[in-house]
Amino acid sequence: MDWMKIGSALFLVAMMVLIYPGMKRALKESPKGTSKDWQAFLLPIVGVVLFVILLIAMVR
Amino acid sequence: MYQNQSVAQRTADSVLSTNKVLRNTYMLLSMTLLFSAVMAAVGVTMQVSPGAALVADIVAIAMLWFVLPRTANSATGIPVLFAITGLLGFGLGPVLGYYLSVNPAIVMTALGGTGVIFLGLSAYALTTRKDFSFLAGFLMVGMFVVLGAAVLNIFLGIPALFLTVNAAVILIMSGFILYETSQIIHNGETNYIMATASLFLSLINLFQALLHILGAFSGDD
Repeated sequence: MDWMKIGSALFLVAMMVLIYPGMKRALKESPKGTSKDWQAFLLPIVGVVLFVILLIAMVR
Repeated sequence: MYQNQSVAQRTADSVLSTNKVLRNTYMLLSMTLLFSAVMAAVGVTMQVSPGAALVADIVAIAMLWFVLPRTANSATGIPVLFAITGLLGFGLGPVLGYYLSVNPAIVMTALGGTGVIFLGLSAYALTTRKDFSFLAGFLMVGMFVVLGAAVLNIFLGIPALFLTVNAAVILIMSGFILYETSQIIHNGETNYIMATASLFLSLINLFQALLHILGAFSGDD
């Protein structure tokens, strides 16, 4: 087994362990978004997706 | 009358303090990005091995998690932040070296693309002044799932999963940029060192994921 693979996997698992308490707290404490809030979030994200597609078309 | 004046004064103070955090964050972010780019160039020139890059990343994340929160409220926080961003930049050495040797245009496209996405999302959050605090749980769960998928793919090596993970990282990091910027605007984050660290992490992950995606679709990966 490649030591780099084991090292990388351990690093990522350690990050999962570190963010787990913050994730639980965020799920419990963060306010719930309305459909309007989610629309306001999705609008720029769709922009990002289209922009990345444009970049991919540029390098192909 | 006095009450109205007091409310107006408090609002003005809050706006001034928000502007100060924003200004300091963007100034520190530009300096750390420049330093990180220099360290990445050092990493490429030295032809750093993937093992050394992994060690640099582990040290940087350990400092980010355990040292920065304890020093962020003092002047020590700034050199600690530079050490973290420098190590993360240095850790990019092998990946950058690989893509530069295969197709340097991809690196420049990913760099420019990251800049455009960051500026666009920041401008959106700053002009709309939307409160994106509701994204916290969603983004954290997304990050957790993506990390799990990345661990699996280290051993499975499925190209489609690799692309999916990187595409998800781009979307999650974009969400984090909106979230962190709105936190600064709405006084959720008043420490510019912590705000810089968070935005820097989003940017470096976004850049790396974009680099992998562009590399894969250009046929050079």
